[in-house]
Amino acid sequence: MSSCTCSKDGGCSGIEEINLIKLFPEKTSELDRYIETLNITSDIEQNRGYLIQVLHRAQGIFSYLPEDVQLHVANKLSLHLSEVYGVISFYSYFTDKPVGKYKINVCTGTACFVKGAGRILDELKRYLSIEEGETTADGKFSLGGLRCVGACSLAPVVMVNDKVYGNVTTDMVPQIINDCSE
Amino acid sequence: MFNLKINNIDVTVEEGSTILNAAEKIGIKIPTLCHMSLDCFDVENRTGSCRICVVEVANRPNLAPACCTPVVEGMEVKTNSIRAINARRTMLDLLLSDHPKECLTCAKNGNCSLQDLAAEMDLHHVMYEGAMSKYEIDLASEAIVRDLNKCIMCRRCETACNTMQTVGILTGANRGFEAVVSPASGKSLTETKCVFCGQCVSACPVGALSEMNYKYDVWRAINDESKTVVVQTAPAVRVAIGEELGLEAGEIATGKMVTALRMLGFDKVFDTDFAADLTIMEETHELIERVKANENLPILTSCCPGWVKFFEHQFPELIYMPSTAKSPQQMFGAITKSYYAEKIGKKPEDIVVVSVMPCLAKKYEASRPEFAPNGVRDVDIAISTRELGDMIKEAGIQFSKLDDSEYDNPLGESTGAAVIFGASGGVLEAALRTAADWLTNEDLKDIDFEAVRGLEGSKEATVNVAGLDLKVAVVSGLGNARKLLERIKNGESEYHAIEIMACPGGCLNGGGQPYIHEDTSILEKRKEAIYREDSGKEIRKSHENPYIKQLYSEFLTEPGSPLAHKLLHTKYEARENV
Ligand code: SF4
Ligand code: SF4
Ligand code: SF4
Ligand code: FES
Repeated sequence: MSSCTCSKDGGCSGIEEINLIKLFPEKTSELDRYIETLNITSDIEQNRGYLIQVLHRAQGIFSYLPEDVQLHVANKLSLHLSEVYGVISFYSYFTDKPVGKYKINVCTGTACFVKGAGRILDELKRYLSIEEGETTADGKFSLGGLRCVGACSLAPVVMVNDKVYGNVTTDMVPQIINDCSE
Repeated sequence: MFNLKINNIDVTVEEGSTILNAAEKIGIKIPTLCHMSLDCFDVENRTGSCRICVVEVANRPNLAPACCTPVVEGMEVKTNSIRAINARRTMLDLLLSDHPKECLTCAKNGNCSLQDLAAEMDLHHVMYEGAMSKYEIDLASEAIVRDLNKCIMCRRCETACNTMQTVGILTGANRGFEAVVSPASGKSLTETKCVFCGQCVSACPVGALSEMNYKYDVWRAINDESKTVVVQTAPAVRVAIGEELGLEAGEIATGKMVTALRMLGFDKVFDTDFAADLTIMEETHELIERVKANENLPILTSCCPGWVKFFEHQFPELIYMPSTAKSPQQMFGAITKSYYAEKIGKKPEDIVVVSVMPCLAKKYEASRPEFAPNGVRDVDIAISTRELGDMIKEAGIQFSKLDDSEYDNPLGESTGAAVIFGASGGVLEAALRTAADWLTNEDLKDIDFEAVRGLEGSKEATVNVAGLDLKVAVVSGLGNARKLLERIKNGESEYHAIEIMACPGGCLNGGGQPYIHEDTSILEKRKEAIYREDSGKEIRKSHENPYIKQLYSEFLTEPGSPLAHKLLHTKYEARENV
């Protein structure tokens, strides 16, 4: 018998694919209402022009963009899923993986890199037991890299949501994580 | 009209021409890699991503990519300034720095533009070394292999899949060193709505996309004494295989091919054309029934597995429209493993059916579970025209020196109506020939339906048959199919019958045919060869094929009979649009 702790214990047919669109009808209709305000027609070229802003809104609503959300957007705009995915994977702003409540981002710009951002990132990975681009199992923290944030005098810089930590050393990592619980 | 000078030679070109077009006009082929133009289908990949085509333009600080720089009046271009030569060599060097140098064992060995360029530019060593991409090879599908380690990001496959076919599988994903062309979420093609038309394989200038290769399975089957191995050859193979084997494009190689297949060791050499005649019997029967009842019109042809998979994914609401007749490949398999097996006293599992197809989707089709009654596949192995060419070379057979020989019977006899299946318009024309005779009860002589012939993406005609005005249309290329299907969905079409082929121009331009390297005049020659083969045939109507008549009288009774339905018809399945 498996050691799963979920209510379906034993009756599980494998990990089900997450379907946010079905799971959260009110969020889906919020997105749909937004899309309705745009001038979506059968003109694919024109719809394409709306793609980024729709994805932006979708990520705002669902916090990330798994495949079912991508497909929903694709269908609404009469685009192919592949095209939507292409855009999401190109812009680092978009993510198709769930993100934690606290988004910890280490600046990987030149100045931070030179001043040891790599070591900070390694320490964060070790401390949280996740890789870059992943989220902890409790959904609390996600870890990522960031292009230069323009705070080079404070290098190396770590951002947690909107909060900036400057002159970060590896010793500061536990404190940064601790701050998040407050 | 614009006047310009290229290497001090005067040239005049139309507005909108590029430097590349202008150079071509005076007989200079500027090297290209990402640029692709299929003029007769109006398809162009003009991403300007590889920069291998750069030339010097007077009074411009930077070199210009010839493939996407429009000509202006008075332009002065130097294609071989030292700066241009150096830049091109550096570009090539950089491309090679992240390219596995495995030419000897690559599927596109001898058909690769990168290899050609390295030879032309006489590169003696690769200057740069650096990180190499490391992607897993996608071997999950029956039809297509993707080895992204070899991808040069030219995006030609995207143009083929998204613009021309509008299937929409492939996209540029990620950025920088991680950038790659793949289906959404990096899936394998099997998990997508890919129809396996193979047009991306033809478009890919390197070995990143190639066919799944089953030559060795065929060699093994041929050498297995316990099996009876029969081969069938699709209509479009005979007019293209010669290109692989030293004949001129457009030469009909039917007789030589039959000889070569016997030399390879097949027990019986049969013809998919026989089954194409059979398809016409069943499909025309269905057409006439639907027209008489004025029901479920238009009827759509169903011989192309690429097209079948396309509507299953993208137009499930029209699933009742296509004819239920199986494709000739599958009809052949089903008849071989029933009627023929009985005739020679063998069990279906002791017969191996190998098909030679211009097509990669046929590999997928042969593997569909509904075509394996009791777990025994009707078609065991499907190889492409290219693979057969390779086998003939491997066997050391001097193809051009071979004498002609004839197919075996009973499954080798065919009519002119069958061979034209290989060209866009052919299936419909073949059906009209039979429909006209059946409806009038006459033996009509005027059977050339010219209006539906040709490589154009969509054609239509109104044909008067026995006082009935039949409105018919023919489309090839899935982009054209999509346009027509949208019209049908909106109730804007009044056709009775429509032929649809996934590949632009039909099977003669299938994804398994010898590579044409953008020389579309080869397609024109293949097409002419097909109609030459048709007009040279004594019998040119499917229902007059004596062995088809025998098959019905001995076995199937009549078109549309319960046994015919069991063996020769199929069902479709709505599939996910991802
Ligand atoms: S085989 Fe056809 S449908 Fe599939 S990816 Fe290639 S071009 Fe697209
Ligand atoms: S797979 Fe081939 S055609 Fe597609 S981008 Fe890569 S090299 Fe070009
Ligand atoms: S048109 Fe012919 S070659 Fe192309 S996918 Fe269809 S059957 Fe295959
Ligand atoms: S061929 Fe011109 S940029 Fe690639």
